[in-house]
Amino acid sequence: MDNHVLLRVDNLTLRRSGVEILRDVNLSVKHGEIHVLLGLNGSGKTSIALALMGAAGYRPESGRIWFDGRDVTTASITERAQLGITIAWQEPARFEGLPVADYLALGMKNPSRTRIEEAMNLVALSPAAYLGRPVSTDLSGGERKRIELASVYAMKPKLAILDEPDSGIDVLCLAEIVALVRKMADEGSSVLLITHRDELVQVADNASLICAGEIVRTGSAEELSTYYMERCRPHGDALGRQPWACESPEYFEQFVAEGGEQ
Amino acid sequence: MSGHLPARQQSVVRDRDPEWAREFQEIMKAYELAGGKASDLENPQGAMAVISSNRVLGVREVPGLHIEADELEHGVRARISVEPGTKVDVPVHLCFGVIPTEGLQEIISEYDIGDGAEVSFLAHCTFPNSARVQHVMDANIHIGEGATMKYSEAHYHGKEGGVEVLPTTHAKIDAGGRLSSEFDLTVGRVGKLDINYEADVGDRGIAELVARAYGSGTDDIRVNEVVRLNGEGARGMTKTRIAVKDKARSAITTTAEGNASGAVGHMDCTEIVRGDAIAQNIPIVVVRDDQARVTHEAAIGSVNSKELETLKSRGLDEDEAVDIIIQGMLA
Repeated sequence: MDNHVLLRVDNLTLRRSGVEILRDVNLSVKHGEIHVLLGLNGSGKTSIALALMGAAGYRPESGRIWFDGRDVTTASITERAQLGITIAWQEPARFEGLPVADYLALGMKNPSRTRIEEAMNLVALSPAAYLGRPVSTDLSGGERKRIELASVYAMKPKLAILDEPDSGIDVLCLAEIVALVRKMADEGSSVLLITHRDELVQVADNASLICAGEIVRTGSAEELSTYYMERCRPHGDALGRQPWACESPEYFEQFVAEGGEQ
Repeated sequence: MSGHLPARQQSVVRDRDPEWAREFQEIMKAYELAGGKASDLENPQGAMAVISSNRVLGVREVPGLHIEADELEHGVRARISVEPGTKVDVPVHLCFGVIPTEGLQEIISEYDIGDGAEVSFLAHCTFPNSARVQHVMDANIHIGEGATMKYSEAHYHGKEGGVEVLPTTHAKIDAGGRLSSEFDLTVGRVGKLDINYEADVGDRGIAELVARAYGSGTDDIRVNEVVRLNGEGARGMTKTRIAVKDKARSAITTTAEGNASGAVGHMDCTEIVRGDAIAQNIPIVVVRDDQARVTHEAAIGSVNSKELETLKSRGLDEDEAVDIIIQGMLA
């Protein structure tokens, strides 16, 4: 295994409820690299994230996951996290009665107030206003997303998987997300940034495009962005959804035959 | 043994006989185990009462708030009244406890909160050595028009589970009055807990009843709460947070009655079950007015898997993660 590679996924196939969700996925992320995984809704991005983290129900049918030179394919979430992988969940959980400060401290090897406050400032949430509040329904979805990102930042993981950090947060915050991701990389973390927004590819060292459960292209940020704009965006714009999300293959064939009008 | 003790204004720890001082020190140690701070009882600005078994070890009143305490054979009869319009700034600290391994403590209490008054109570009940202790509380609460009473009660029962806690409360809340009651038994073993609370709420009055408990071993937790929303615009809420593990049992029955126009009630119950424990929840909704509304929500069962996986993704193992989720829920 290449010494510079932190994460390597070999021919990963995932099946859920009899349906193939991921097919022969190959992916690698180097130490300190920002890697954007770009794809339309329903393409399998979150499934990759959950398989990498070891979430229940996302154990691959075949293929291997290597992390820092170790085969973690069958490792538990806890084991992976202790090795240095963590995730900012797309839909963060709510924790009744657990203060934000404690939530951030959970994953830190040496919890410090300074680090926690720095993390909160990076996601534009006032430490004074938020650290004592519970991570519960009292917070909006957007606030919880920011706290989730702050939590991952505070951990200083070897690999941070950020699953759609831009969803549920207003557009103005994209710049903050980019700054946060760069700061994580500056501190030595590798980042796998999962998104359907091609604007975020600008932050990447490398990027991969996933389509219908397959990685169809990997390359530089610029190359991927261009490919996405030319080849993928038109599908979404025309269909309002993706062809594989249609009720049946026949539906899509008919849709195309009718000139793409719904 | 019986005798009426007049209220005292002076420090409770000075000028007393050695036996009293020893008992007081013991109950203070136990008080701190239940989450209380002994120094709070020394604050001359704050009212307080300290009761060990059937002995009234100390009482302090403040202007507008009166405490009468009579020692009974197996407990204490107490009457606490707040004059109309009185705003009691410092919480009233109450300490109840039994230090010996066995005993019966009956606290028969009456709270009369005058119109427009505001007061909060912090009660700590502590039974650190209990092998066979029964703690019976029988409270009658009257909250006058526009008055507010907050009552928070925390328990510490030691590790043996030999305590029976049997609190019964009836509260009558007049127009615009408010009662917020919290009961916590989350440290040490529960033993047997059988809560019976009733609240009758008048026009625009509010009743909030919160109970939290963490049962283990063979602990038995029963909560039976009834909120009758009798007045126009009355509001009521019951919130129950219970965790049970090992072979512990919990049975929660809450009733909310919408008996008048604009009355709004809600019952919210979460119970986490681990091991061989069993949890039960029965919400009873009664509506007698077509302009009233009562809702309920309940989640009974295992720890939420999303919360669990999130904490694991921070490096916690299953037991650590479950503990944090339960402690958070019971916080």
